[in-house]
Amino acid sequence: MSTTELVEEEAGGLPVGTGGGGGAGSARRGAAAPPRRRRKWLAWLGAVPFLAYVALFLLIPTVEVIVNAFRGTSGSFSLANVRQLTSGQYASAYVASIKVSVATALTGGLLGFFVAWSTLQRGIPRAIRPIVTTFSGVAANFAGIPLAFAFVATLGTTGVVTVLLAHMGLNLTAAGFTLYGFSGLVVVYTYFQFPLMLLIIIPSLEGMRTEWREATASLGGGAWSFWRYVGLPILLPSIASAMVLLFGSAFSAYATPYALTSGYINLVPVLIGSVMSGNIVANPGLGDALALGMILVVSVAVAIYVVLQRRVSRWAR
Amino acid sequence: MGTMKLKGRGWGIFWLVVGALYLLVPLYGMAQFSLETGPHSYGFHWYQTIFDSSQFRSSFLLSLRLALETVAISLVLLVPTVFWVHLRLPRLRPLFEFLVILPFVVPPVALAVGLVGLFRPVTWLVSTPELLAFVYVILALPFSYRSLDAGMRAIDLRTLSQAAESLGARWTTTLRLVVLPNVRSSLLGASFLTLAIVMGEFTIASLLLFNTFPVYIEYIGETKAYPAAALALISFVLTWGAMLGMFIVGRGRGRTHTEVAMTR
Repeated sequence: MSTTELVEEEAGGLPVGTGGGGGAGSARRGAAAPPRRRRKWLAWLGAVPFLAYVALFLLIPTVEVIVNAFRGTSGSFSLANVRQLTSGQYASAYVASIKVSVATALTGGLLGFFVAWSTLQRGIPRAIRPIVTTFSGVAANFAGIPLAFAFVATLGTTGVVTVLLAHMGLNLTAAGFTLYGFSGLVVVYTYFQFPLMLLIIIPSLEGMRTEWREATASLGGGAWSFWRYVGLPILLPSIASAMVLLFGSAFSAYATPYALTSGYINLVPVLIGSVMSGNIVANPGLGDALALGMILVVSVAVAIYVVLQRRVSRWAR
Repeated sequence: MGTMKLKGRGWGIFWLVVGALYLLVPLYGMAQFSLETGPHSYGFHWYQTIFDSSQFRSSFLLSLRLALETVAISLVLLVPTVFWVHLRLPRLRPLFEFLVILPFVVPPVALAVGLVGLFRPVTWLVSTPELLAFVYVILALPFSYRSLDAGMRAIDLRTLSQAAESLGARWTTTLRLVVLPNVRSSLLGASFLTLAIVMGEFTIASLLLFNTFPVYIEYIGETKAYPAAALALISFVLTWGAMLGMFIVGRGRGRTHTEVAMTR
């Protein structure tokens, strides 16, 4: 949009007297300035490198995905790829991806909330807080391949904790846990999800005033009534929108599940990887359709996030 | 009141311990695995084999090179742009803020699909690892752009640049001598996070078939769990280093937003 405007400016720029329109911006310059018109399109020119860069490496590739998703093997428009998404393996990959993402948004969200809440309790030294947030920053960024192998060393078949628990008479596999399936993914994702939640939610928690608690107390309310009628209603939109972000972060994850299962788990990102590297029927449009589906799911999540953010009460800002 | 306070404290300690264990136990497992050379024997054997491996060196150096290139491209692209948008094109700011969160909406794996589709015909480009650096600039954009944006918002850019202009400075001079020193901490913060992102990025590198450091770790881990744990630990130390760097340069200014790379 802005580039086309620029072109128009350029075309009709130099002849003076097109009148009106311009000049609301940074007009107050020296007397010897060139005509405003020219300065304006020169100013626009400054935005071109960035816009061109984003177009080339983000926007056009995304458009490419959308276009190819609707292109048949013959190159003409076709719904075949998109229609495939609703059946069999592809549909169940979406279901599994959404399940894992919802589950870890909940586990990570709750654990993150409780740990964040704990750092703010009276009687907990204030010095704990920067330690917890710094470490959370590291943990939230320590994801992907190395995280997967850290968990293999901990909860894998010969992992440190697995062996320890076996000594204590608890067989994890017999108990139904496997690191390389749904339960394992939830445990591993939670490792980066809960520090992420903590980092997002802690500012809102810090915004809770002690006066509110005192006001509740002066009306005879205890901890329960405080959270039921004051705390949660204020925080709920923040908590919910943070969890939506966690959902998106889990839904896009590729490296972690890939490394844990060597690519043999039916999640959408891993499936796309298999399609791209030709492990599954070489149908290029299918990868694009799967990717388009991912973009749509994340877009819905982001839309929900934006709506929730608007509802974040002014008290919690 | 007294019991309420105590209860809060008890639960507080409980959740802090749970959180700490969750974060620390896998690190302990990783460390123990990386040092285990046999039943009940420990040593630095795996580290030695890793550091001796030429594949490790080449993949690590490739990732490091890409990281530095990504930081360089980001700065060259973003510093003048953010400066310009603040000063001359304030009306474009909402558009730019929208554009820089788009990398969150397009998951890396989907972006990889589009990149392959778009650039496959350009063979020289898809066989050059530098393509990754250009793409990583996009992955880092939400953090790098907003960090710079926050840095420039915190200073009175208009007054500073008018003062510089009244002394006869051109805008490039203003940028170099007035603006850059003032936003140094946000520049460094953005650079550290970019480093962490590039050193850990697996998805796009692997799908575009480049042997970066994370791709190498994954390749080792498919067959050998012990050296993989050592590599994971090296990677963890890198993440710590980058975060520590951010923490140090970020002291003094308030944390503006959560800096978390989405390289899962």
